[in-house]
Amino acid sequence: MSTKKNKISREVPTNPIMKYLYLNKGILAGALGIFLVFGVLTEFKFWGRANLINILRLTSLDSIAAFGVTLVIITGGIDLSVGALMACASTYCALLIANGLHPAAALLIGVLIATVFGAVNGGIVANTKIPPFIVTLGIMNIGRGIAYTCSAGTPIRISGDFGEIGNGYLFDTIPYPIIYAAVILAITYVLLNKTKFGRSIYAIGGNAEAAKFSGINSRKVIWIVYTFAGFLYGIYGVISCSKLYSGQPTLGQGSELTAIAAAVVGGTSMTGGVGRIGATFIGALIMDLLTSGLNFMNVPFYWQYVCQGAVVLGAVFIDIQVKKK
Amino acid sequence: METILEMKDISKHFSGVKALDKIQFNLRKGEIHSLLGENGAGKSTMIKILAGIYDPTEGQIFISGKEVKIEKVSDAKELGISVIHQELSLVPYMTVAENIYLGRMPSKKTGFVDDKKLEEDAYKVLERLGVQDVISVRAYPASLTVAQQQMVEIARALSVDSKILIMDEPTASLTERETVQLLEFVKKLRNQGVAIIYISHRMDEVFQISDRITVFRDGQYITTRDIGEVSYDDVIRLMVGREMKDVYPEVNLTKGKELLKVERLDDGKFLKDVSFTLHQGEILGFYGLVGSGRTEIMRYLFGIDRGASFRIYMEGQELKITKPKEAIDAGIILAPENRKEQGLVLIQDIRFNTVLTILDRLIHGIKTDKRQEKAIVEEYMSKLRTKATSEAHVTGQLSGGNQQKVVLAKCLATKPKILILDEPTRGIDVGAKFEIYKLITQLAEEGVGIIFISSELPEILNLSTRVITMHEGKKTGELDKSELSEELVLKYATGGAENVNEKK
Repeated sequence: MSTKKNKISREVPTNPIMKYLYLNKGILAGALGIFLVFGVLTEFKFWGRANLINILRLTSLDSIAAFGVTLVIITGGIDLSVGALMACASTYCALLIANGLHPAAALLIGVLIATVFGAVNGGIVANTKIPPFIVTLGIMNIGRGIAYTCSAGTPIRISGDFGEIGNGYLFDTIPYPIIYAAVILAITYVLLNKTKFGRSIYAIGGNAEAAKFSGINSRKVIWIVYTFAGFLYGIYGVISCSKLYSGQPTLGQGSELTAIAAAVVGGTSMTGGVGRIGATFIGALIMDLLTSGLNFMNVPFYWQYVCQGAVVLGAVFIDIQVKKK
Repeated sequence: METILEMKDISKHFSGVKALDKIQFNLRKGEIHSLLGENGAGKSTMIKILAGIYDPTEGQIFISGKEVKIEKVSDAKELGISVIHQELSLVPYMTVAENIYLGRMPSKKTGFVDDKKLEEDAYKVLERLGVQDVISVRAYPASLTVAQQQMVEIARALSVDSKILIMDEPTASLTERETVQLLEFVKKLRNQGVAIIYISHRMDEVFQISDRITVFRDGQYITTRDIGEVSYDDVIRLMVGREMKDVYPEVNLTKGKELLKVERLDDGKFLKDVSFTLHQGEILGFYGLVGSGRTEIMRYLFGIDRGASFRIYMEGQELKITKPKEAIDAGIILAPENRKEQGLVLIQDIRFNTVLTILDRLIHGIKTDKRQEKAIVEEYMSKLRTKATSEAHVTGQLSGGNQQKVVLAKCLATKPKILILDEPTRGIDVGAKFEIYKLITQLAEEGVGIIFISSELPEILNLSTRVITMHEGKKTGELDKSELSEELVLKYATGGAENVNEKK
């Protein structure tokens, strides 16, 4: 890590786009490789416009959750409650609409519920010695249980214009979720890279003791990070609710692992202190290119798990080898 | 009395540096022989040679008259030498019996552990030491006092027939009552014929239990005496008696107005009623052994730890400090004792670390004042002469001295009125040390009040304008520059003179 960083600092281009390409050249090459391989294997059908838009839509949603997890991991923590909080937001949103509440209000309340759970995560992690893994495991089960309870275990169907949020297009070409993801990417990027808060996150993850001795209020920062992550899962949840025209209590099962995989493939260090939002986006893209490509090639669903697992392990292995040099 | 161990002309060189230079040492059966010397005198090198960790560069070792080579740790064990370290190595989830026979538990024919025999054997070992009624073979370490845990370690050593027991600061983490317990126990071992090499910084203890003492200084053998022949002051003179080299800058400071007053700091468990003041332009040395409470005081002052009762006045105004941020805002900064664990984010570069304490000043909303950031980082890099390729040099790759300079830079960036330095020169080379000394005096000249904690007595004596000595959580003395002497400081800091009447 350190030698690489040192080198970067001397050679890194100043132009933001070039800088982005430079910093992410490894995973970009990986994404491009997967993209090319599937294109060739499917006789270029994989590159069809509809499919590409579809992949981007998938990645948009997945990356929203992965951004939250990335922030948490940079502080040195972990969040397993991703999928459960999505499901909470989704089911409550649907339930409220089904009961006649205005969709806008239902949407806000859905997001709010996930945010409150995130705040609980953060509150416990920041103020007790319970490890984040255990805290978020507990909240994961509580959240999932609540999602099942409020929906009696079955999807809550809704109808009407609400579906536009998840299924609509801007100028009839760009799916809305891509816009949402772009906005959230920008906000999260600025938060992490331009603010005092962002530097504090890196400092806490890099060395919590040193951060404390530097006068950083670690508890507050950690609390806000988990809360913000919960907020992002909530957004994912309500967009899904709209996209699927229903509140799904099973929404996002296993998506905590996809989100963590995206962050890790993007170079986020599980020990904390290292990670970038732009790279997490590419990590999420790689995961979705893979899913979509394997689907396209009619690889049985169960084998897709095997492929994904292998890719995550391979990517992290290569990353560690490169950084050692 | 029979001599069990003899070391003749033992030297140990580390890449040209003589850690030990032709030292002599002999140990008799059934005696407690204390090994004395300042930090760096060569005590631990000698012990590591006996334990088989280091090979001596030259010299001979005889055990019961026969020359031996101790090349590996297992050789030492076979020769009957056991070292009891300050840090305990008991497995917390195993019983006393299991701990005593760790790695060599008796087994039944089936291959399972023979618990009955294990407990009987362990009981016999404890019985021999006379502690079978106090320590149950079925107890877990957590239910024992630290002293009792140490006894279990000793029992483990003796269960393999150790004839020579080396005890390295065994009482450092014990309470007074536990210390008494352990010392009684050690005397009992001696009476059973065990030969004991005893190392402690606590003079009172050394005088209480030793039969003989041997003094090392700067890797050289000084003398061996019967304890009855020497006085407390003699021993300290023997340990210290050394000329100061001219590495310290001239200190010519004028004491300014009072900056800080700390009143009756007491945490109810360890620190007892500590009060002191600090003036502008002062370098206030805090001397005491590791664990004497120096660091703890500063952690409370800086808001790292909470729960102590005290009053603190900054330029006459009372302050409440509950977290480091409040201390920093009030103009107090602490450079912690462990730069790697507490000082730096090692995976980040010099710039990131330097401004970590002043993010408030540099970043407003989403706008970072990059120009000011760069100026500040460069200012301190040149002022402290930090050697690095650039401000983007990752701190984890810097040498210890340069890391310490980055820690100092991030402290100075806050423009402190009071700078607390906890062991600022620990583990760094002489050149960097000298630079740090110069910086300290320079800052004091500029009017910064400096609290300087160090375990190195020469530093304390040469830099400080006033010294406070600590011993077991209590302030045991306060000496002005004119009254400073090694003997006095050491005497107070080792508890040689309790309840010193305070002059101020």
